Amino acid sequence: MTTPFKIRVEQVSKIFGPDPKTAMAAVNAGMGKAALLAQSNHVLGLHNINLNIRAGETFVIMGLSGSGKSTLIRHFNRLIEPTAGRILVDDTDVLSLNAADLRSFRRKKISMVFQRFALLPHKTVLENVIYGLVIDGMPKAQARAKGAEQVALVDLAGFENHYPGQLSGGMQQRVGLARALATDAEILLMDEAFSALDPLIRHDMQLQLREIQARLHKTIVFITHDLDEALLLGDHIAILKDGVLRQVGTGPEILVSPADDYVARFVRDVNRARIVTCGALAVPGQAGGDIELSADQTIESAYAALAQTDAPLTVRQANGDLAGVLTRQQVFDALARA
Amino acid sequence: MAQGFPEIFDVRALGRAIDTGFNQIVADYGATLEAIFLPILKLLLAMEKILQWLPWWVVILVLAALAYAASRRWGIALAVAVMTFAIGLIGVWDAAMATIALMVVATLLAVIVGLPIGVAMSRSKRMQSITLPVLDVMQTMPIFVYLIPFVMLFGPGKIPALLATIVFAIPPVIRLTNLGIRGVDPEIVEATRAFGASPAQILLSVQIPLALPTILAGINQTTMMALSMVVIASMIGAGGLGYQVLQGIQRLQISSGLMAGLGIVLLAIIFDRIAQSYGKRMQKSLKLDH
Repeated sequence: MTTPFKIRVEQVSKIFGPDPKTAMAAVNAGMGKAALLAQSNHVLGLHNINLNIRAGETFVIMGLSGSGKSTLIRHFNRLIEPTAGRILVDDTDVLSLNAADLRSFRRKKISMVFQRFALLPHKTVLENVIYGLVIDGMPKAQARAKGAEQVALVDLAGFENHYPGQLSGGMQQRVGLARALATDAEILLMDEAFSALDPLIRHDMQLQLREIQARLHKTIVFITHDLDEALLLGDHIAILKDGVLRQVGTGPEILVSPADDYVARFVRDVNRARIVTCGALAVPGQAGGDIELSADQTIESAYAALAQTDAPLTVRQANGDLAGVLTRQQVFDALARA
Repeated sequence: MAQGFPEIFDVRALGRAIDTGFNQIVADYGATLEAIFLPILKLLLAMEKILQWLPWWVVILVLAALAYAASRRWGIALAVAVMTFAIGLIGVWDAAMATIALMVVATLLAVIVGLPIGVAMSRSKRMQSITLPVLDVMQTMPIFVYLIPFVMLFGPGKIPALLATIVFAIPPVIRLTNLGIRGVDPEIVEATRAFGASPAQILLSVQIPLALPTILAGINQTTMMALSMVVIASMIGAGGLGYQVLQGIQRLQISSGLMAGLGIVLLAIIFDRIAQSYGKRMQKSLKLDH
């Protein structure tokens, strides 16, 4: 039986230390992270993580430093082995792969973009982009032709023979992105891919990624500590703290109904009018009047319509179905929560 | 009366046991070992012959060209040419060619043996913790001690001289290969793993190229140590410049010792310039990228 999910993470835990199995038993028996560190010098990196990631979506894992997000993303391609749990990609258990199968999985199915680029400094831009193809045995000429396309896709045409050190940070990361796209992998792991870039470049890269994603429909797992980035890119967002998942949902869901205090504090400063959609706030009901709102437009874009009348407004789905009604009062209530 | 150190066990018996044991090895395997190392002896002799047969100006041109290829600077090529010319000028040309042959073959073999050991050390903590103390002993043991077993095995001649030189000169290339590979940015290595590179691919496409400046520094040190060994190795028949120094001692003739010594110094400077300028250029081209 197939599931709609591309990647499933089931009860994954990771403990760092000399004897993780014993420590795992202690954690299962109820020992907390601090006690584990104090008593046996083991670090609880991740605890009982469950995630379902759909094909073609951008799934953002967000957390502050030390939350375990970089550890978690390295489990998807087994750069780090979990202490317990399963990771399934297309119903294949990644942990069951032997060394050769794992290499082939990494070459063909899943690729990665790194926070500090991790380009090969002694190879040119083009050689970096085709690295994954060459180690998979593709003939050089064919790989170079394919690499040139990817270089053009990230707007670096003309820089093929430059070395990474001759490029700015933003350009280097575009090389990193092209390298990851070149292998045609269905899954793209991005480990704080834009965090090392300055804000304007970062925003450009975010938009470029969205544009590329709209064309290629990869399954992207994106790690970030930046909430705005998470809300801009993520179809779903998972919030991680101290190795434990606090909440998984769409951006508006997390903003409108944070699961706990931590998440609530996290999202407090976000301009929710730009993120929350009319559909997310609409309540069941029916309204008269000619002015109608669409369910997926943001609250901010509905200000003008809301300003015209005290009466409830009809909210419709993209397909024309009724989603409910929305009043000024509801909007104020939602925005006032912070 | 001063008290002597108590004799806890019979050291003389231990010494005798070592000696008889080694004598047995010499008797049993001496001929076999000699046969094994015969091709290396032939290589060394051929190298020596070729260098001495070549017209002097060809050797100068070759070394200058090598220096230019390594440094891409005419100044260094010219300096190397002048220094090589000076070696001929002070009348030690043939001996110097013999010394170059010994040094080049010793360095070559040291690299062939040392590089894989260094790579193995960089991949395993245990291998490293076993090898490091051995290298320490090899470097602190007086050089003369190496001569004894090799002379016993092969008799005086070029092979024991070559082997003793290799043992003495190999530690830097091993150490710096290990150090260089361990020093490669772990994020870059992780990235290549993430793209499915096999351990051999990671080694050849990333670790060795990025460690190359460090490895070259090790090869340079190995070359210098091989050169410093030639005087001592000449005591067991290495020939070359070292032999002329030895003759100077035996005949109490300062001029012959001085000229040969000067020749060694010139060779050292020539090869050091070539190796260092290559290393520097390489480092620069990698630096550019960080």
